[in-house]
Amino acid sequence: MMDFLMLDNGAACAVNAIPCVEMAEFRAALIDGVTKQNCRVSAFCALDINSEKRLLAVLLDSALKKLKLLSSKVGTAYPALTCDAPAFHWFEREIWEEHKILPEGHRWLKPIRFSAPDAEIGVTDYFTLQGEAAHEVAVGPVHAGVIEPGHFRFQCMGEDVHFLEIELGYQCRGVEKLLSGGPDVKTLHLIETAAGDSSIAAALNYCAIAETMNHVEVPPRAVALRTLALELERIANHIGDLGALAGDVAFLPTSSFCGRIRGDFLNMTAKLCGNRFGRNFVIPGGVRFDLDDAGIAELQKKVLQGEKELFHALGLMFDAPSVLDRLENTGVVTAETAREIGMVGVAARASGVALDVRRDLNCDDFIPETVRGGDVLSRALVRKKELVHSLDVVKRLLAELPSGEVQTPCPATLTASTLGIHLVEAWRGELCHLVLTDENGKIRYVKIVDPSFHNWFGLAMALRGQQISDFPICNKSFNLSYCGHDL
Amino acid sequence: MKLLIWSTGIVAALAGAPLLPGIVNRVKAFFAGRKGPSVFQLYFDLAKLSRKAPVYSTTTSWVFRIAPVVNCAAVIGALLLLPIAGKASLFGFAGDVVLMLYVCGLGRLFTVLGALDTGSSFEGMGSSRECQFAILSEGAILAVFGALILLTHRVSLSGILAQMSLHLWSVDGTALILVGIGFFIVILAECCRVPVDDPDTHLELTMIHEAMILDNSGADLALIHYAAALKMWVLLLIEILLICPKFGGGAWGQLAGEILCVMLGAAVIGAVESVMARYRFRKVPQLLSSAIGMGLLAVVLLILFQA
Repeated sequence: MMDFLMLDNGAACAVNAIPCVEMAEFRAALIDGVTKQNCRVSAFCALDINSEKRLLAVLLDSALKKLKLLSSKVGTAYPALTCDAPAFHWFEREIWEEHKILPEGHRWLKPIRFSAPDAEIGVTDYFTLQGEAAHEVAVGPVHAGVIEPGHFRFQCMGEDVHFLEIELGYQCRGVEKLLSGGPDVKTLHLIETAAGDSSIAAALNYCAIAETMNHVEVPPRAVALRTLALELERIANHIGDLGALAGDVAFLPTSSFCGRIRGDFLNMTAKLCGNRFGRNFVIPGGVRFDLDDAGIAELQKKVLQGEKELFHALGLMFDAPSVLDRLENTGVVTAETAREIGMVGVAARASGVALDVRRDLNCDDFIPETVRGGDVLSRALVRKKELVHSLDVVKRLLAELPSGEVQTPCPATLTASTLGIHLVEAWRGELCHLVLTDENGKIRYVKIVDPSFHNWFGLAMALRGQQISDFPICNKSFNLSYCGHDL
Repeated sequence: MKLLIWSTGIVAALAGAPLLPGIVNRVKAFFAGRKGPSVFQLYFDLAKLSRKAPVYSTTTSWVFRIAPVVNCAAVIGALLLLPIAGKASLFGFAGDVVLMLYVCGLGRLFTVLGALDTGSSFEGMGSSRECQFAILSEGAILAVFGALILLTHRVSLSGILAQMSLHLWSVDGTALILVGIGFFIVILAECCRVPVDDPDTHLELTMIHEAMILDNSGADLALIHYAAALKMWVLLLIEILLICPKFGGGAWGQLAGEILCVMLGAAVIGAVESVMARYRFRKVPQLLSSAIGMGLLAVVLLILFQA
């Protein structure tokens, strides 16, 4: 317990300051932290420190509002943590796939993104169901709608899904490897486009790390504009999700209204920086563009208009008994399951697990919006509640935007042999970036943990015992990122 | 003269059926605040599709090829049994109600066989769902017509529908309301509309009818779409004759009134689709059972209260 290195969100530490303990102690501390101390796994990865292979764990302790770091030397194998703390299972599969470090005793060891050059994506042994009435349905990787590629394999008894296995990796671009050797002109672009719908959140993370390493203070006006952009991103995505959910249950009015209103909010982000997804807005040291008084007035008008239309459209949906009936008790994930497998973000909060970086690391008075049902309706309701909150934040920021500069000059370099880490509550859930620099101040290693990485298995759990025809709305209610997972 | 009016009605149905999905879509677009496609969109689609050569999977056999033709022929067969503008069908006979039901059943049988012929898991799922719901909707049609036979003491479609009048509403209004609602539910199910099916979805896992025709293309697909539109016309026409049987203006006025009301019926379907979500699968049998229940209740009422 005492061995952990405690860091604030966005802090950096010298590589040599990361505590390194024996494997037995490492395992005991992590299992104790996750199962007893109410910590969650924010990152777990293998990296080279002082030319030796180490496992590095980053736990988030919401009681202390700290990140806890611990590492251990590792050879080619170690006893798996998954058996005692299932939240590690996806991380251990990733480490095994990328570094050939065997987690001994892991019950379900197979690649998560088939990144090896000779691996064929989706070609692997699947869990199968035998018997007269059992049948298998394979969906994807090419889907009928305009969505990302992923392969879903259902083991069904009639219309009931017994088991769902999700194979990803079709979007694997090797973003983390491309980032090493930076920072350079590509760095911020790569960070932003790892999962394009969370561009602002990702840029915030990287810039916070770069600013800490360079001891740069961001001006208050820039901080406010960043928050404004982040909330606009959250609003646009939540509106899109609720509209898509209405579309999937064939409830037309909300579906078409939300499609347009989402566009209106994306255009507000474009008003800030010229790009609807906020690309290139957040830069180390501040933001690239200021907002003049005319722009503020215009945004205020548009936000009020958008808010009015939005709650009218959502009212139609949440007041329609046929919609509520369809969403309620569909795709239930219990709080125990959510906690055990380490779900985060909207999906966790819909199961009554109050995890939110905004409270857990950043500010004291923030209360996460939770709903207890764990079903599709709860995930929709969490989004609706967060929309109310985010719109309030946007209106407040526009009304009281601090004056002053929007940029502090920030060198394009990083401190040598340092580890920086920052988390932000993106619209899907917590997004974690970890940057390790070499002795020349170049990026040696970047670890991106997208909220989708934590939550894909939650979707598989939500489908157990459900009707196969309910898969699309379950999937939409999670709306996870394929490219954020595949990187 | 009788033959001329009846044939005009049949030709109007054959030519006008593709308008109905267009009307449904326009109404849906209106409710959604959109402009929507032209009401003639299905005509354009049919013209486009019929110029394309169908693509056949190597796993399919002749069953898959004749399925769309049999299905379309079956619906046309059902249409030919209907009385139009008060003129009895040329092909009608005592008990043709049952023939109509099973002609439609034949079309469905071939659609299902054609779907199973592809060996796709989606089409298998779609077929299983279609059959599950068809059993109930056929039961509902039988119950509804059972009540109508009791009501009118006729056993042919032309005979039954010729007897419908405003006078009947004043005598057996309750039974007629039940029959009308029950049959409307059957229309929603048979025409694959919300809340039973969602004709607009791209999600294979939730499809019923659409899942069965995923492998059809070109002229075959055109035939399937055309048959679906024509089936909507047939069922709506029966519903119209049940609840609003007489228009003024002689035989031609009656014909015009019936055609207009069929279009109006399509608009009502569009409105229903616009204001409600689709039911989850487990609830659909409940909905269809309620249609059967309404038909049976009408039968009971008629037995009890008809002297």
